[in-house]
Amino acid sequence: MMNRLRAGLAAALCLIVPLVAGQGTASAQGETSAVIGMTLEPPHLDPTAGAAAAIDEVVYANVFEGLTRIDAAGAVQPALARSWEISEDGTTYTFALRRGVTFHDGADFDAQDVIFTYERAMAEGSVNAQKQLFSAIESMSAPDDHTLVIELTQPQGLFLWNMGWGDAVIVDPATAETNKTNPIGTGPFAFDGWTQGDNVRLKRNDAYWGDAPALERATFKFIPDAAAQVAALLAGDIDAFPNMGAPETVGQFQADPRFDVYVGTTEGETILSINHRRAPWSDVRVRRAIQHAIDRQALIDLAMFGFGTPIGSHFAPHHPAYIDLTGTAPYDPAKAAELMEAAGVETPLRAVMKLPPPTYARRGGEIIAAQLKAVGIELELVPVEWGQWLAEVFKAPHDFDFTIVSHTEPLDIGIYAREDYYFGYENPSFVAHMAELEVEADPVRRAELLVEAQEMIADDQVNGFLFQLAKVGVKKAGLEGLWLNAPVQANDLTAVRWE
Amino acid sequence: MLAYAAHRLLQFVGTLVAASLIVFLALEVLPGDAAQILLGTEANAETLKALREQLGLDRPAVARYGGWIGGLLTGDLGTSHIYGVPIADMLAERIALSAPLALLAFALSTVLALPLGVFAATRRGSAGDWAVIGFAQIGLAVPNFWFGILLILVFAVQWGLFSSGGFPGWEAGIGPAIKALILPAVALALSEAAILARVARSAMLETLGEDYIRTARAKGLSERRVLFGHALRNAMIPVATIMGLQFAFLVMGAVIVENVFYLPGLGRLLLQSIFQRDLVVVRDLVLLLSGFVILVNLLVDLAYAAIDPRPRTAAAGGDAR
Repeated sequence: MMNRLRAGLAAALCLIVPLVAGQGTASAQGETSAVIGMTLEPPHLDPTAGAAAAIDEVVYANVFEGLTRIDAAGAVQPALARSWEISEDGTTYTFALRRGVTFHDGADFDAQDVIFTYERAMAEGSVNAQKQLFSAIESMSAPDDHTLVIELTQPQGLFLWNMGWGDAVIVDPATAETNKTNPIGTGPFAFDGWTQGDNVRLKRNDAYWGDAPALERATFKFIPDAAAQVAALLAGDIDAFPNMGAPETVGQFQADPRFDVYVGTTEGETILSINHRRAPWSDVRVRRAIQHAIDRQALIDLAMFGFGTPIGSHFAPHHPAYIDLTGTAPYDPAKAAELMEAAGVETPLRAVMKLPPPTYARRGGEIIAAQLKAVGIELELVPVEWGQWLAEVFKAPHDFDFTIVSHTEPLDIGIYAREDYYFGYENPSFVAHMAELEVEADPVRRAELLVEAQEMIADDQVNGFLFQLAKVGVKKAGLEGLWLNAPVQANDLTAVRWE
Repeated sequence: MLAYAAHRLLQFVGTLVAASLIVFLALEVLPGDAAQILLGTEANAETLKALREQLGLDRPAVARYGGWIGGLLTGDLGTSHIYGVPIADMLAERIALSAPLALLAFALSTVLALPLGVFAATRRGSAGDWAVIGFAQIGLAVPNFWFGILLILVFAVQWGLFSSGGFPGWEAGIGPAIKALILPAVALALSEAAILARVARSAMLETLGEDYIRTARAKGLSERRVLFGHALRNAMIPVATIMGLQFAFLVMGAVIVENVFYLPGLGRLLLQSIFQRDLVVVRDLVLLLSGFVILVNLLVDLAYAAIDPRPRTAAAGGDAR
C-alpha cells in the first residue's frame, strides 16, 4: 500500500517537476561499466545453498557456470561441458569438459570438481534448495580429467536442462564453503566486493575461457522502493532496471528518449490457488464457476497496467508446447452463477484469501475479490508477508481458501502431481502422466505429453489460471545485450555493452 | 547518591532481562521460519531438516534462549541465519550509517528550530511569529518520505547535485559519505525541526512570562541578556527532553526515509530481518535499541538526581519532603 502510494506520488511529482532532457544520462562512448538495479538484495551469493532468485540474478552466468547453461531463449547450451553423448537407453551421459578453464582463485577446473559439486548437492546434509534436480544420478566417474560419465537410474528428459540451473553450477572444493560471502566460480566476471545493503560489484575475469565480455565492471545496486527505483533511473545513478518493482511507473520512461522500456516474459504463472482440502472448493463445478467469474484481461489491465498474458492452464505461453486454453472457461458471470446454483451451494459464500506482498497479489486480490463477489463469493483479504505465507499457506495445515501467487520455476507443471502440495490437488492419472513425461526424452512425444497435461489441469479447473507475469525493464538508451525474457532468473551480462 | 545509583543500575539490568525475554517470546510465536525462507518452495523435507539443524533451529526454546544470553555475556552476538555473517559486523556497518545520519539530522533540526522558536516567541503575534507557526504546521503535515522524494527529484534528478540515494560507505571517503547523507538528513530533519520549533516557542513564551524575567528587566539588563542568559536557559529544560526523544527516534525511526534513499541503515535491517525471519538478528537489534533507550533514561535520571535531591530520597524509600 505504502509502496503504491509512494510510486503514485513519485509519478505525480515527475509531472510537476519538469525534466531537463539529456541531463545526467550521458552514455559515454566506450564506457565499460554498468550499474544494474535490482529490487531485492540476495541474502548471500551461493546459488547452491539458497532459493532466493536474487542470488541467481547476480551470479548466474556471470560468476558461476554449470556443465550446461540456459540461454536468453531458454535453450540448453554447452558451458563447462563442451559436448556430450547420450547412450541409446538414455541413462548414460558422457560429457567432454572444456580444457584450460580456471576458477577465479587460479585453481584448475576438471572432472573431479563436477563430481565434488554434485555429490555435495546430493549428500545427506545438503542444503541445496533444488536437491531433486540431481535425484536421477546413480553414479559418476571420470575416465580422465576432462571426461565425465554420469549414470542415471532411469532416463530423464530434462537432465541437461536441470544441470543448467543455478543450483547446479560447478564450485571449487577449496572455496565451496565460503562462496556465500566470497563467490569463486569459472564465469566471465569475478566477485569484486559487496557493500551489504547497497551493492555487489563484479569485475571482468581476464582469464576467462570464452569470449571476453565487453564490460570491465558491473555493479548490482539494490533498491527495494518503487519510487526510489524511478528516481535512481532518472538521476542516472543506475543504467538499467531489468525488473521494475511497479508497472505503473514505466509510462514516464516510454515517453522519454533517454530510456528504453523493454517488456519480456517470465516463467511466472500467476494463479489463484484454491485449497482443495476445503469444501466447497473440492467441487469441480464450484471451481469452474470461479473460472467463469474471472475477467483475466480486466485483471491484467487494472492490476498490472496491461503487462501480462492471459493463461488458461499452468503453462508459459512462450513455450513451444503451449496451447491456448483461455477459452476453456471464458469470462461469463451468468454461467458462473448458474454453475454455483447447480452445485447446490448457498451464496453468499465467505472465504479467506491470503495475499503475499507482490503487486500482482495485493492489487490482483482486490480485483479478484470484486469479480468473485459478483457470483456470490465474498472474500476476506488477508495481506501476509512471505514468511507468513510459507508458514500458513504453503505448509500444513494449509490455513487458507484462496491465495494469489506466481509460480516462477521454469516448466513447473509437475507441481500438480506432487503429493500433498499446498493446494491439495489429487489426481492419480495426472501423476502417472507426469511420471511418463519424466522419463521421456523424445521431444515430439514430450510435447504431446505436455499438451495433454495442460488440458488435464485446465479441465479439472484446479486453480484460477490468471496470467503469465511479464518482465518489465527500463534501461538507458545505448545499453544493449540484456535479456528480454527471463527463462531463468538471471541477469546474464556476458553480452551487455554500450553502443 | 551512591545507593540511588546502585538501585537504578539494578533496575536497568532487570529491565534489560525482561526486555530480552519479551523479545524472545514474541519472536517465538511469529509464524514463519528462516530455513524455509532460505530454501523456498522447492526444497524437500530432508533438506529443510538439515538446514534447521545447521542453524540450530531444532533446539528447544530454553536452550536457544540460554545460548543467546550466554553469547551476549561473552560479547558474541551470533551469526545471521540469512546472511551467514557475524551479526556484530552487520550491526557495526549499519550503525556506521544510522548514527551519523541521526546526528546530522539532529544537528540540522536543532540549528533550524531553536532560533526560529526564540524568534517567534519574542515577536508573539507578529507576521514573523505566524510564519514560524505556519512552517511548523507544514513541517508536521508533510510526510518525510514525500519530502524525501521531492528532494530527490529536485536535487538529484533535476539539478544532478546529489545522487538519488545509496551509500558509498566510509571507505569511499568522508566527503562522498557525508554527501550521501545530506538529503536524507534534511528529509528527516524537517518534521523534527517543526516539532522542536513549536516546543521552543511555547517554552520561551512560558519563561518570558515568569516573575524573574520581569525582575531581570527591571534590573535594567539588556534584552539580549534577558533572552539568552535567563529565558532560554530555563526554556531549554522541556526542549532538551524533546530533543532526547527525537534522537532516539532518529536512530531507529528513519526506516521509511532509508527506503526512499535506499540506505542500508539499522531501520531497514530490522525490517528486512523481520520479513526474512532472521530472528537472531531481530532480537539482537531490538535488545540493542531497548538497551540504548533504557540507558539514555538511566543517564537522564542520574543527571536529574545529581541536580535535584528529591528523586533519590524518594527512591531510597525516604520522604520526598
